[in-house]
Amino acid sequence: MPSSLWSNPKVRFGLVVVAFFTLLAVLGPWLTASVLGLDPRANDISAIASPPSAEHWLGTTQFGQDVLAQLVAGARGSMFVGVLAALIGTALAIVFGVTAGYFGGTVDNVLNFVTNLFMVMPVLPLIFIVSGYLRGTGLWMIAVIIGVFGWAGGARTLRAQTLSVRNRDFVLGMRMLGESHPRLIAVEVLPHLVGWIASMFLGALIGGILAEAGLAFLGISDSGAISWGSMIQAAQSQSAVLRGLWWWFVPPGLCIALIGTAAAMINFGVDELANPKLRAGTRRVVRRTRRVERAVAAAEGGAA
Amino acid sequence: MTSATNVEVAQPPPAAPGGTVVPTTRLRVPSRWSFMLRRLGFYLAAAWAAITLNFLIPRMMPGDPSVAIIQQLQRVSGQQLPPETLVSIQALFGNPDANLFEQYLAYLGRLARFDLGTSISRFPTPVADVVSSGLPWTLMLVGSTTVVAFVLGTSLGVLTGWKAGGRLDAILTPASTFISAVPYFWVALLALWVFGFQLDWFPSSGGYDPDAQGVAFWVSALRYGFLPAATIVFSAFGGWLLGMRNMTVTTVREDYVLLAQAKGLSPSRVVLRYAARNAMLPSFTGFALALGGVIGGALLTEIVFSYPGIGYLLYDALTKRDYPVMQGVFLLIALTVLVANLVADSVYVLVDPRVREQG
Repeated sequence: MPSSLWSNPKVRFGLVVVAFFTLLAVLGPWLTASVLGLDPRANDISAIASPPSAEHWLGTTQFGQDVLAQLVAGARGSMFVGVLAALIGTALAIVFGVTAGYFGGTVDNVLNFVTNLFMVMPVLPLIFIVSGYLRGTGLWMIAVIIGVFGWAGGARTLRAQTLSVRNRDFVLGMRMLGESHPRLIAVEVLPHLVGWIASMFLGALIGGILAEAGLAFLGISDSGAISWGSMIQAAQSQSAVLRGLWWWFVPPGLCIALIGTAAAMINFGVDELANPKLRAGTRRVVRRTRRVERAVAAAEGGAA
Repeated sequence: MTSATNVEVAQPPPAAPGGTVVPTTRLRVPSRWSFMLRRLGFYLAAAWAAITLNFLIPRMMPGDPSVAIIQQLQRVSGQQLPPETLVSIQALFGNPDANLFEQYLAYLGRLARFDLGTSISRFPTPVADVVSSGLPWTLMLVGSTTVVAFVLGTSLGVLTGWKAGGRLDAILTPASTFISAVPYFWVALLALWVFGFQLDWFPSSGGYDPDAQGVAFWVSALRYGFLPAATIVFSAFGGWLLGMRNMTVTTVREDYVLLAQAKGLSPSRVVLRYAARNAMLPSFTGFALALGGVIGGALLTEIVFSYPGIGYLLYDALTKRDYPVMQGVFLLIALTVLVANLVADSVYVLVDPRVREQG
């Protein structure tokens, strides 16, 4: 499976981009500080709101801060919130989804009801309100709130998958041998859900980054922390749009879009691998089919 | 699920145009009703949960919101608050002297009278008035854009899925993958920059021309609303397109589609009546998930354009720490989303007859 994953161009593109941003988040701030000698918070008074130049590759903000250094620092902030929110959200989705699907009956009814409630609840406004009360808390708290309110979609998927796995022969067999429920879930059921959980985690990561950006845009964020969302918010509050300082608000949004696209590409590619009918719709396969059809037609024409 | 009472209540269905008499008709009808009744029950429970959540959130937060609100109100108004306002605030945001159950009853009593408290930033306007002034704008904006984005995305999705691997697919599918990952408010910022300031085609903020009257007011509302609406449609249609494309690709390879083609039906009939109708079902199921995202995105879009809807109200309330308005906006959004989902479920029953049979 891993080698076939890598052979799909969509998955390959997505993995490379996600890996790039992960590296950027981990090593980036150190690199910009030591190699380029840039500090995302330093104010260069000689260059206020200046467009991209040799000295400041992506220009500077209204406060004379280097946009590139901010972008790299923002990668760490945004990725941190995304990863933590995704970890919490995925854990909750596993607890709710797998438990509901495995045990069924009343447990399922109750858990599924809770899941559906969280599905139809407008999560983003809810997060706004709660973080509005908890103003001034750090990125930690924001990530926790995003994770706690954003697990329902994943739980629904996992429940459906667990339902199908739990009735397969190998699970029933181990149950008859007297395995305990926790062990059955951990050893027999969960390994079959790893693919789903991985793709859910990726989706939750992007959701977390987007939600954090939205919150920061509303002014709900740690005032000391730099994230892509807080960059756009700072640009908006300094009327960068009105004054045409595009280099300030375009790059952070582009980064969010790029990493979001990467995650969507991976999911898309995984879908293609799991569903052969989808694979028949890729450009490469369609071209190959046409070529074969033409060759057959030519051969028949030649024979006649 | 076919209870006797339901059979009596249910009306016999109009005869099918095809004229075939299905013996199970009498059984089917009650199950459609029971499906709708169960959905209605769920949404009522969800509405109760939203109302209770709205009750619990301020009481679970650190500090004491009700004391803070009363202090702020006194500062804003510059006088002692009338006792009626004090009672209202304590009922809605927490009363240290009463136990939780008493507080809950008082809170429900306030809601039943549409009392959502008093706005701090717009003292002494009641929250209910503040929020309901923004609601029509948001409903129009979100409602129209959701419908347009759904229709546009779904029809383009059918096209790309039908000709999967073709030229249209090669352009539209990656493009919408990218677009659906872009944050709404960032697209709105770009649109504002390009069309509002650089090209100066559209007004850059507000929802209408304050000087316009009568017909001119409606025209100005359309002109002011176009750019916000266009950015929401632009950000939202990609998600529908992708889902529909993949479902169509899967569906057109089903045997019944092959049979329809073999019967010599026209391609448009095969696509629309056989493939698309079946491929569309998951899109309807996904409505609940999508709507939350669209609403969240629309709230932020309103802020970028200073559009006078509840998103802008929420922003205003957040920056001014106007907790009563925040809570009122949340309650309103939650209840509106639930109603929209109920409508989507009703449409689903019409589109997919199997739901009626299964009950």
